[in-house]
Amino acid sequence: MTKRPALLALALWLIPLAFLAYFFYQPLIAIFRVVFSERFSQGWEFFEWSQVSRPLSFTFFQATLSTLLTLLVGLPAAWLFAKFDFPGRKGLRSISLLPFILPTVVVAAAFNTLIGPQGWINQALMALFNLSAPPLKLLNSLPAILMAHVFYNTSIIIRIVSSSWSRLNPRLEQAARLLGATPWQAFTKVTLPLLAPSLLSASLLVFLFDFTSFGVVLMLGGPQFSTIEVEIYNQAMNRFNLPVAGLLSVIQLGITLLVTLLQNRVNTPRYGKAALNPERSALRRPAKRWQKIFVLFMVICLILLFAVPVVSLITRSFVTLEADRGQRGEVAVGLTLRYYRELFQNRSGSIFYVPPIQAIRNSLLYAGVAILIAGLLGLLTAYALAQRARFNKFLEPLFMLPLGASAVTLGLGFLLIFNRPPWANSRFPLMIPIAHSLIALPFVVRTILPAIRSIPESLREASRTLGANPLQVLLKVDLPIVLRSLLVSLVFAFTISLGEFGATSFLSNPHAPTIPVAIYRYISQPGALNYGQALAMSSLLLLVCGLGSILIEKIRLPGEELF
Amino acid sequence: MLEVQNLTKDYENKPLLKGVSFEVGKGELVCLLGSSGSGKSTILRIIAGLEEPESGAVLWQGRDLRDVPTHKRGFGLMFQDYALFPHKTVAQNIAFGLQMQGLKEEEISRRVKESLESIRMQSFADRPITELSGGEQQRVALARALAPAPNLLMLDEPLGALDHTLRTQLIQELRAILHQSQIPVIYVTHDREEAFGLADRLVILHDGIILQQGSPRELFEQPSTPWVAEFLGLGNLVQGVVTQLEPLQIKTSFTELTLSSSPLEFSEGQVCQVLLRPEDALIAPTNSASENYFECIVRDSLFMGEYYQLELLCSQTTLFARSETPAEVGSRLGVSWPADKIQVFPK
Repeated sequence: MTKRPALLALALWLIPLAFLAYFFYQPLIAIFRVVFSERFSQGWEFFEWSQVSRPLSFTFFQATLSTLLTLLVGLPAAWLFAKFDFPGRKGLRSISLLPFILPTVVVAAAFNTLIGPQGWINQALMALFNLSAPPLKLLNSLPAILMAHVFYNTSIIIRIVSSSWSRLNPRLEQAARLLGATPWQAFTKVTLPLLAPSLLSASLLVFLFDFTSFGVVLMLGGPQFSTIEVEIYNQAMNRFNLPVAGLLSVIQLGITLLVTLLQNRVNTPRYGKAALNPERSALRRPAKRWQKIFVLFMVICLILLFAVPVVSLITRSFVTLEADRGQRGEVAVGLTLRYYRELFQNRSGSIFYVPPIQAIRNSLLYAGVAILIAGLLGLLTAYALAQRARFNKFLEPLFMLPLGASAVTLGLGFLLIFNRPPWANSRFPLMIPIAHSLIALPFVVRTILPAIRSIPESLREASRTLGANPLQVLLKVDLPIVLRSLLVSLVFAFTISLGEFGATSFLSNPHAPTIPVAIYRYISQPGALNYGQALAMSSLLLLVCGLGSILIEKIRLPGEELF
Repeated sequence: MLEVQNLTKDYENKPLLKGVSFEVGKGELVCLLGSSGSGKSTILRIIAGLEEPESGAVLWQGRDLRDVPTHKRGFGLMFQDYALFPHKTVAQNIAFGLQMQGLKEEEISRRVKESLESIRMQSFADRPITELSGGEQQRVALARALAPAPNLLMLDEPLGALDHTLRTQLIQELRAILHQSQIPVIYVTHDREEAFGLADRLVILHDGIILQQGSPRELFEQPSTPWVAEFLGLGNLVQGVVTQLEPLQIKTSFTELTLSSSPLEFSEGQVCQVLLRPEDALIAPTNSASENYFECIVRDSLFMGEYYQLELLCSQTTLFARSETPAEVGSRLGVSWPADKIQVFPK
């Protein structure tokens, strides 16, 4: 009896491990091989030091700055959500979670409509002061990158820190006050040290996301701001210098691994139940004057931060502006549905032109296949991890590694290994949904596993004593309980696949792009129609992801976290 | 009907069960009584087929169940934590076993209805499990285990998590329902009141073996070891030494006791334990000449409703005795225990 869970776990591991070995570790090894074969044939002279040091130092610089700015906004916001009750709290919280599920290209497009040369701010200034050129050159600048990163990651700080803050026993701070501490002292000497683990863990996670950010930097930073990820892409796709791209990937992998390990280490709670709130935290209405001002100020800030880019994107996709005139002559200024209509028309004028509808079809197809793979492998893996087997301790990190490797690294590895039939079949490049499923897999496992672990063994035993055979136990007890999380994880995987840009940008056939690749291509081409179509597609993707996140909120059980 | 033969089972490399054997007859309610951690639940899990013993066998009507998987044994088990399915309603929980038998829908809904009636929870049919109180969950768990008409019903500390008033009330209900069902029952508990209130037969498990089994009355009157006597809370256990054989005389720290007879053989100088039941104590005037008379100091006198419980200090030993009249705390008091009511066990 004691040996059975181990055997079962081993059997369950078989398929996911084989899949991972073939589709994740093999490409990874290929990257190492390219780098080291170059090293041995040419010595270390195969690259110039500045090719590595420049993107590396810029990546560190922008990630650190982004993380600090995110904390600046995120900490007060975490406090707001941890302590205060105010009208619209739930709605604001939902909005604050939206960025997490938005694809990078959508965010980049949204910021483009705000601060880009054809964006609202510049257009308004031009109309106001009768200028002939956009006055603000914010696109392709560091602030654009930073803004998008703050937009993206504030929700992580809010989620992690506010939940541990609200669980903190408020009496500890009260005790400090009774012992003579000022509110500020009570905060710095009691609350802050107790929050430190979650604060550090959240900051490292944000740092990691900023460090590996690809689409945002590529689309908002322009050519002069090259992070490691963007440089990998440049070296591989524009200069065809695979060894240098590989070297950057190896460095990137090492750093993300280190940060991930660090993040896992600081994440462990240190004080057990002693610091936990014995009651369910009581949110209070802001009573004092300064509290009211603080709440109001934060609510306005957060609405501006989260809603403005999204609203800007959607509205801009329905409007033709003065700046758009003259490019095709017949454009009228005002509201228009033209960009959306154009999505469904086929103008096969240019060689590289691809009807947008086909990109949508491709994306849906890949996403469908990706969630099938990710769902199946995720279930097997989660069940394997749920067994009490000693080797799970060693297999789990092996399995969660794809989370640490960036999508760009994965794309590069796939390019090296699978750029051949059947994986790169021009009609259906199987490697794209496989790459997507690898990226979604850790999220799927992390969503399903707690649900499986939450099933008390006695439920299964009870159903057995009531006459259920093993299959019936699985179908009647496990499945109904796990189903919600499975659905949540599949919706999540679906939106991940739809918005995936990093790996896909390496793998997609020029004639068969996905939605994000098409958006990237349209938005970087001149012309109002291209711009408008990129926005229309981004808006549609935003809509789908928004619906997905609403669906997830509706079907997930309260208390579950997605990461 | 059910025979448990020589079960052994290790837990974390230490022997938990060291050869447990007992039987359950037709329609019999057997209470498996033992302190927590004694392996009672493990025995149930082995009978249910949820765990395998290191050695030994479980036989049903003479047939070895070794290769029969749990779901084909037809034994019901009511879990300590009830293990009600949180994703199903009350009625769906009860229907589960019936569905597993492949019964028709009408048959299932009829029997679920009957079952709900028997626990008087008809109006709860469509409630989610999460909205039930502890006592309601307990009843639903019992109904679920009984609904498929199992060959044998096992209950693992079913009243464990409930408060005392609810327990006494539910013991009555349980007895009525279990007797009505005519199904053989194994009832595991560590609570002797529950056991005495329900059992046709008691099986006492201690240190991996069965110390004694018999009807509640047999165990009450003739506990086989001091441990059983103490576990059942039968009275004062006092250490002594045999000083004389005919009649049997035992010297304790506070007096020399004379016993009229014992079914066990003793030798002179043997260390033994004496059971003095509080209800057998006779309160006597000081300097009385009655047998086994000695004097003590009253430490406490508690009114218990039908009697007073006296806590007496005799030399260094504390004894409890029942009395119809109160005694003054701190006063000297004479007590005696009739020679034919004292029991003695070898140490």
